[in-house]
Amino acid sequence: MTALVIAEHDNQSLKAATLNTVTAALACSSEVDVLVVGNAAEAVAQAAAQITGVRKVILVEADFLADQLSEPVAEQIVVLAAAYEHVLAPSTAHGKNVMPRVAAKLDVAQLTDIIKVVSTDTFERPIYAGSAIATVQTADAKKVITVRTTGFNPAAATGGAGAVEKQAAQAGAGKSRFVSRELTKSDRPELTAAKIIVSGGRGLGSGENFKKVLEPLADKLNAAIGASRAAVDAGFVTNDYQVGQTGKIVAPQLYIAVGISGAIQHLAGMKDSKVIVAINKDPDAPIFEVADYGLVGDLFEAVPELVKAL
Amino acid sequence: MKILVAVKRVVDFNVKVRVKADQSGVDLANVKMSMNPFDEIAIEEAVRLKEAGIATEVVVISAGPTQCQETLRTALAIGADRAILAETDAELQPLAVAKILKAVCEKEQPQLLIMGKQAIDDDSNQTGQMAAALLGWPQATFASKLTVANGEATVIREVDGGLETIALTLPAVVTTDLRLNEPRYATLPNIMKAKKKPLDVQPVAAMGIDVAPRLKTLKVTEPPKRSGGIKVADVAALVAKLKNEAKVI
Ligand SMILES: Cc1cc2nc3c(=O)[nH]c(=O)nc-3n(C[C@H](O)[C@H](O)[C@H](O)COP(=O)(O)OP(=O)(O)OC[C@H]3O[C@@H](n4cnc5c(N)ncnc54)[C@H](O)[C@@H]3O)c2cc1C
Repeated sequence: MTALVIAEHDNQSLKAATLNTVTAALACSSEVDVLVVGNAAEAVAQAAAQITGVRKVILVEADFLADQLSEPVAEQIVVLAAAYEHVLAPSTAHGKNVMPRVAAKLDVAQLTDIIKVVSTDTFERPIYAGSAIATVQTADAKKVITVRTTGFNPAAATGGAGAVEKQAAQAGAGKSRFVSRELTKSDRPELTAAKIIVSGGRGLGSGENFKKVLEPLADKLNAAIGASRAAVDAGFVTNDYQVGQTGKIVAPQLYIAVGISGAIQHLAGMKDSKVIVAINKDPDAPIFEVADYGLVGDLFEAVPELVKAL
Repeated sequence: MKILVAVKRVVDFNVKVRVKADQSGVDLANVKMSMNPFDEIAIEEAVRLKEAGIATEVVVISAGPTQCQETLRTALAIGADRAILAETDAELQPLAVAKILKAVCEKEQPQLLIMGKQAIDDDSNQTGQMAAALLGWPQATFASKLTVANGEATVIREVDGGLETIALTLPAVVTTDLRLNEPRYATLPNIMKAKKKPLDVQPVAAMGIDVAPRLKTLKVTEPPKRSGGIKVADVAALVAKLKNEAKVI
């Protein structure tokens, strides 16, 4: 049987998380198709067809799919799922929104946030904010899965030669209506794809200080900026910056935690980073337990000094 | 308008859980249990809608063992009017809970079903979406603002790139994110009052629902530990380490 990957996209470009999901799918099955559900998303389908390992791309377009609301998107996936044993989406806000809906319609369990494919029916996934790893086996014939992208290397974005096949959309706009979207505009690398992340916590004290103190460091390193929940709750930065159990899961080459204490819920989102640096004035802050390099000191002195030294 | 809120009893978020030596699970003996923090936010939101005159009744439901009554009493102390315990000692997975919620929604006919976006024990993030699917209701997950008017719920959702606003025709399912509200502390008089509020125990076995687990946990292990790092004396030492040892800049 084959595997179907749900593409992450915004009708214009294919998002990198799709590549990691293809790798997970290839661990389940040697035949992997990609589904693009959206509107005027031809470019996305073409990009998906280039991914190494992809057999074909199914493109389902309709105006009521443009905003990728959970109800109509789930309807499309449920119908197409008939031909597949594994249906996988990245564990993004969209994947998490849609896949449980698909699973329930198919009357199967859903596997959230897998980090490893042990066999075609057995997977590893973190529980308790990553304090434990569960190996779970599903009894269902069909496997509906969300993939934690940090658990899988990205498939090569080019080199493939899949065909794009258009299919008619299932009718049914559902009972939800898109109103508006307010996306953060930034020239920085995307948080979940960045090689280096500079992350700020409550210790920064204000949004102003995020700009004054953290941004120059991020600029120097061409880094993405992240934040703890406390920094987001306090309004220093918007919600899309949050790293952690209930925010984004990241694993960059370098994660610099500035004024972050290292609560388990925060560690859940970044402890698989290759190298962790912590700058904190409290020598006993738990962040130092996971940091490769810890610098005890006042961030308002240390960070500008670091910017100068780089 | 009636609101149904689903709450789960979980290990308190402050507890550092330990994996059992025999790899059968995490050690829950004598561990502090609390209401899932996201569900607390769900209760708070429902109670605020009642205080605003939009909701007329807030019913809270939990599925699980008899100890969930404690969790339900907490919800009643925050301001829910009555509680339902769908009682079972069996392991319940999200699909099973969604089926229970569907049955209860069909009986209670709420206009809104609110619950946390995920439970902090299994971190599944599924039950709300599954319940919505089974009921054929629209859903808004990861809510950071909820407004109800004219038979519609307008919800601001926290998504990867920022915020998204959608409108749902009621009845609908809403799952809460952290910034929807800050739950109140239950006051002592309200805790006392909560003891007298109705709590209806309904055995799951009598509901005629297949709640058999679909997922079998083969083992639970510790995540790989990070090898301990070092403290550096100053910024210069840090830069040297990053350049020469870690080679990441
Ligand atoms: C259900 C739930 C889900 C959660 N999900 C998440 C999540 O996804 N992500 C997340 O991050 N948190 C999450 N949390 C919150 C988490 O428990 C912590 O409260 C939060 O991570 C703390 O953020 P912080 O480290 O910025 O703040 P604090 O814990 O207040 O730490 C601030 C740190 O800054 C240091 N500091 C202060 N001033 C300076 C200075 N001048 N120089 C140097 N250091 C300084 C202090 O020593 C301290 O260590 C969640 C909590 C719950 C209950």
